[in-house]
Amino acid sequence: MLAEFGYGVLVVTFIVTLYSGFAAIYGAQNNSASIVESARRAQLITFPLITIAAGTLIYLLVNNHFEVAFVYEVTSRSMPTYLKVTAWWGGQAGSLVFWSWLLAVFTSAVTLRKWERDAEFLPWVILVSSITLAFFVGMVVFYENPFARYWVINGDVQPSMFPPAGTTLFTPQDGQGLNPLLRHPGMVIHPPMLYLGFVSFVIPYAFAMAALITGRTDDRWIRITRRWSLWAWLFLSLGLVLGGRWAYDVLGWGGYWGWDPVEIAAFMPWLTGTAFLHSVMIQEKRGLLKHWNMILVILTYALVIFGTFLTRSGVLSSVHAFANSPIGPFFMGFVSLTFIASLALVIKRWPELRSETEMKSMLSREALFLLNNLLFISILVVCFWGVIYPLISELATGSKVTVGPPYYERATAPLFAGLLFLMAVAPLSAWGHSTVQTLGRAIWKSAVAALIVTGIAFATFTKNVVALVGFFLIALVLFATLHEFWRGAVARQKAQNENIFTALYRLMARNRRRYGGYIIHISMALMAIGILGIEVFQAETQGQLATGEKLDISGYTVEYKEVAQWDNVPEQVNYTRATVDVYRDGIFIGQLHPRKDMYFSGQPMSIPGQYSTLRDDLYVLLVDWEPISNAGATFKIYVNPLVNWMWIGSLTFLIGLAFASWPDRDPADEPVRRRVTRDTKQTSAAD
Amino acid sequence: MKKVYSILTLALILAALFTQVGLAQDGEVTDNQVNAIAKQLYCPVCENTPLDVCPTEACRQWRELIRQQISEGMTEQEIKDYFVANYGARVLSEPPRTGLNWLVYILPPVFILAGAFFLFRSFREWTRPRAVSAGTGQDEEAQSVKDDYIARLEEELKNRK
Repeated sequence: MLAEFGYGVLVVTFIVTLYSGFAAIYGAQNNSASIVESARRAQLITFPLITIAAGTLIYLLVNNHFEVAFVYEVTSRSMPTYLKVTAWWGGQAGSLVFWSWLLAVFTSAVTLRKWERDAEFLPWVILVSSITLAFFVGMVVFYENPFARYWVINGDVQPSMFPPAGTTLFTPQDGQGLNPLLRHPGMVIHPPMLYLGFVSFVIPYAFAMAALITGRTDDRWIRITRRWSLWAWLFLSLGLVLGGRWAYDVLGWGGYWGWDPVEIAAFMPWLTGTAFLHSVMIQEKRGLLKHWNMILVILTYALVIFGTFLTRSGVLSSVHAFANSPIGPFFMGFVSLTFIASLALVIKRWPELRSETEMKSMLSREALFLLNNLLFISILVVCFWGVIYPLISELATGSKVTVGPPYYERATAPLFAGLLFLMAVAPLSAWGHSTVQTLGRAIWKSAVAALIVTGIAFATFTKNVVALVGFFLIALVLFATLHEFWRGAVARQKAQNENIFTALYRLMARNRRRYGGYIIHISMALMAIGILGIEVFQAETQGQLATGEKLDISGYTVEYKEVAQWDNVPEQVNYTRATVDVYRDGIFIGQLHPRKDMYFSGQPMSIPGQYSTLRDDLYVLLVDWEPISNAGATFKIYVNPLVNWMWIGSLTFLIGLAFASWPDRDPADEPVRRRVTRDTKQTSAAD
Repeated sequence: MKKVYSILTLALILAALFTQVGLAQDGEVTDNQVNAIAKQLYCPVCENTPLDVCPTEACRQWRELIRQQISEGMTEQEIKDYFVANYGARVLSEPPRTGLNWLVYILPPVFILAGAFFLFRSFREWTRPRAVSAGTGQDEEAQSVKDDYIARLEEELKNRK
């Protein structure tokens, strides 16, 4: 009964989203405010509707309704309640409902804003969000139904929503349970963050489309969506970082990023989103690049849908799985249609998107921002092609190939290096015009300091060229950015006669976006330290040890003590837990307990024993052991230098983003001003 | 970048040579020797999992196979060739540089260079002085406003010192 109810609500939601879309178009065409208002209200109703459907699904999950196929696949009696709730997004059908629910949250929030000044955008924003929502809800309704139940049809047990007459319901005793890999707290939070990031990028896209359709192509859409874009970017970044942390803690291969297509699928919209966040500033300050900003926001939206498609359609495991999966072609069609329609709109409005001013200098801030965009797009091209090529190869020649980390690392390393360099230089250049002299004057001190750091690194611990170039660039970013804080604070201190801390605080509070951005740059440099550490200096060894035997690696000594093994029947898992003593430079520093969990379902899981310091991580994996004699065990040990800077950088990143996006005055409330002519008198020109 | 990789390759070859010597001495293949090769191969049945870290039983057996092959004196290249011959090119971490696969290596650089060229040309176009537009009074006014803007920028930059 409940399953039919949940499904019914989803069908109603689907119809309401369609109505909302059609009413929006009709209302806009006929200039009827009341019909547009009706579309808006329909849009608002989708949120409570999907909430009811989702609530029904959660009720089924929590109360062990294993006759529902989805519940059977992702939960089991032994799972704690919070995991049963989060199993909502642990499988295909549920995660699509989750996606739709988040999208409904965002579109409802956006329809609740004050629309008086932008009434002409309203129907088109509703239209775009309704189409997107209808697509996802439609997929759930027609293809991936989480409410389908098991029926005995002709002697077989099959999931079905509408079974033929005379069949009986089949209720399994227990469910399969959530994949143990997904039971980690990181995996519980990671998908919602990623999805939030994905979903909130729909809003800037919707406003961009509204601007194109109405022809109101000034900066209004950018100002309205500035904060949405920032939050979207925050969630997406958080999702990526949490995913990395999860991989590091649970997957047991000594790293956090493996250039897996699933990771890249989430990374690609982040690349265009980051480029977008930078290039909109050029439009706001200088009125340039309007075409480009439109293209970036369209690309981001397309990549969001495409990323969901890559991870959800099974296309990555095989092109043929894609062809057989009902949602694959549906997804592909939607991505292509929206992408082509959006580009057609940009082309239609091309003349109106002309720049208001001209690019004056190749070293101006806007020119350097464009270079930054080129680098981001280049990384995107490498990633996109690396993910797509195996599919093309399989289609064209029938042979599968792997495009793995060596390819991506070789291709993207110089591009990331270029980004670091720009991160150091671009904030020092001025809008409009800079010369080699002005830039040189601004950066030489930082460059000298960075050279000294590099020299020290060379003299003390590494002769590796890649590492030295990396350290130089990271140091350059850190010094140049900190110097900017210092220069600004000192200038203000002199001008306002404040003490240096007040001056710094007020300076930052006046320019939240700018200084939040600088904090984020610092966080990126800190993360780069971690990436460089693990990429260049990671050491690993593996060996079989009898009790009391030792393995040496990078100053650490690991001594095998014992291994214990027991069953945890309620959790359906067998634990094997080793104990090792760890010494650094001969001094005992503690015990680690690497674990191997073997789920009764056959799924293995390696939990590393980790000893973390700012210098490095000792990461011990239990690979194999002698079960009966207890004579020996095989350990794989990684030393990951500097990797913790990755997580320190992530925290700094959060601080920077919170600072930049902290609610004070909504940028949407700022009037759109004419640039160049009057702007110079009102705002700080160097800002 | 290329140099670094050729150095790395050289180091690997040297390492392989030394392991051969080591072999001749005690005849036992270490896990590190096995992993050095397994690291470069991908699990033939899982999705994108390097063979050295793959936890499945099948992969454990493949690693044992590598161990056996090393002890039989096969070189790294021979072992990799064996895996490619038996399980296809997907066991390599990168597509082999043959036929259609060249697209993987050629397309991104071509695209990036084209992008850079396009950007550079646009810069040239944007920054080229325009004699034609200086005629009307309105443009001159706009021009002087812009010059003001630049002057102000330079001023601010100086003040910030």
